[in-house]
Amino acid sequence: MNENILQIQHPVLSISNLMIAYGKDKSAVRDVTADVKRNAITAIMGPSGCGKSTLLRAINRMHELYPNIQTTGDILLNGESIYKMSTTRLRRKIGMVFQRPNPFPTMSIYENVIAGYDLNGSKLKKGEKDAIVESSLHDVGLFEEVKDSLNKKGNFLSGGQQQRLCIARALAFKPEVILMDEPTSALDPLSTAKIEDLLVELKKQYTIVLVTHNMSQAARISDNAMFMYLGELVEYDKTKKMFTNPADSRTEGYLTGKFG
Amino acid sequence: MDSKERIAEGENSNWRERKDKLFFGIVVILSFITISPIALILYKLIVKGYKQINLDFFFKVAPDTLQAMTAVRNGELLPGGIANGITGTLLMVAVASVIAIPLSILIGIFLYENQGKQYANLIRSLTDILQGVPSVVLGIIAYIWIVQGITKGFSALAGSVALAIMMLPLIIRSTEETLKMLPISIKEAGAALGVPYHKIILKVMIPSGFSGLMTGILLSISRVIGETAPLMLTTLGSTAINLNITKPTSAVPLQIWEFYNNPNMIDLVWSSSLFLLGFVLTLNIIAKRISNQFN
Ligand SMILES: Nc1ncnc2c1ncn2[C@@H]1O[C@H](COP(=O)(O)OP(=O)(O)OP(=O)(O)O)[C@@H](O)[C@H]1O
Ligand SMILES: [Mg+2]
Repeated sequence: MNENILQIQHPVLSISNLMIAYGKDKSAVRDVTADVKRNAITAIMGPSGCGKSTLLRAINRMHELYPNIQTTGDILLNGESIYKMSTTRLRRKIGMVFQRPNPFPTMSIYENVIAGYDLNGSKLKKGEKDAIVESSLHDVGLFEEVKDSLNKKGNFLSGGQQQRLCIARALAFKPEVILMDEPTSALDPLSTAKIEDLLVELKKQYTIVLVTHNMSQAARISDNAMFMYLGELVEYDKTKKMFTNPADSRTEGYLTGKFG
Repeated sequence: MDSKERIAEGENSNWRERKDKLFFGIVVILSFITISPIALILYKLIVKGYKQINLDFFFKVAPDTLQAMTAVRNGELLPGGIANGITGTLLMVAVASVIAIPLSILIGIFLYENQGKQYANLIRSLTDILQGVPSVVLGIIAYIWIVQGITKGFSALAGSVALAIMMLPLIIRSTEETLKMLPISIKEAGAALGVPYHKIILKVMIPSGFSGLMTGILLSISRVIGETAPLMLTTLGSTAINLNITKPTSAVPLQIWEFYNNPNMIDLVWSSSLFLLGFVLTLNIIAKRISNQFN
């Protein structure tokens, strides 16, 4: 096993020997073993097609939506295998935010935030819902901006606001972990900066795993970083260490812009 | 060199302008050709049919031959209307919708969920074939299944089944196409919240595609509402208002046919046709409105 795999005490996630293939011979993630630190931002970097999204989606089993997917190995969430949980329970604990903001188009801002409860048929009182919606929107810094239009559809919001709405929707469950797949790649620099500030704020309460193509973003906000190449986890270390003194020549090549 | 280029450019823009004009002319002519039949039909129907359209037209049943003959002899308006046809048409379309809408939306969802799979392709082809089956053949099928098999006589139910079969392929395809147009990202958003699959479809996808589905449904209704041949074989017709689906029932297109065969009732042909066309046009306009809203 790789010497550079971080040793983490009481990890929130513990990935062991994870292998994922699309169909019989299209391997996308090869034997990844890694622990993820609580209340920290862990970045996943690597060139296009190296398996970042596949790895990320495996953590809340979203990759199972694809046909013919083959998975071996295990992922523990607080010591419990995610394969022993229902996907409903798992995804309550591990939320996800996507590359493009994807609020539900037919729902109001309010309904979007509470959608996780409503769509799953949870019976909450109006007051409980109000409290969840308000605190989730507060946490993403959107409450002041939208408090007068909670019952309007979210389509008048800017891309950055919509993405924060989607983060609020994920936060409504008070998850342990939030998975983010290039959450700012469709946004302008100003909205990106706001989301980055937000993530740094959020890590006090949550654990964030962030796929990013943007190396300076990883350097700015992540605590630990993974570098993947051709499905392998080549290097996993403190972000500072990786950026200043990468252990593997492939990591160095990527970080210095030789490929990717 | 320089001037040559400029000349070439000048010729180019000249040619482009002429091409634009030519295209514009062709478009105008083609639009005219497309519009003129419907305009002529509408004109004819309005001129010939408007006199008969009054309250009685909507609330009374068709006159009998003697009444019609008397009125014609005295040069009066025909007494009565098409209330039996309107109620029958509404009844049969309603029953056909109850049968066809849930079934075809389910099949549409199934096709959407199984893109590229062989059995889905097979069902899709069968749907296309069904759309090509002449309506009179569907009438015969409904006759055998329902008239002979279930109601043991002509019935509104048999007519409804024939119409429902005609509606199926239209709604199936529009459901599938509508769902395919929705971004996959909203499905993922639902899945990421741990929402079970069937609920994602029912509570996220269907509402998001609601106007698309609605459009398909309205168009399919407007497609079958004027069908005559399958109804002749299944529901036969009735001179009275009938709301019992196991009994023979009238329908507007059936009445048009009956009026046409009675020399004294020709005026009612025009007004009933005007009514039917107006109804279909209205449905189409509503469908168009809804689908514009969707896009
Ligand atoms: N649904 C799928 N079916 C088949 N192969 C897939 C599928 N999704 C991804 N792959 C393949 O798996 C490999 C890893 O893909 P993945 O999307 O995880 O890469 P990525 O690192 O996220 O790339 P990017 O930076 O472009 O988003 C790629 O070779 C890709 O072609
Ligand atoms: Mg990706």
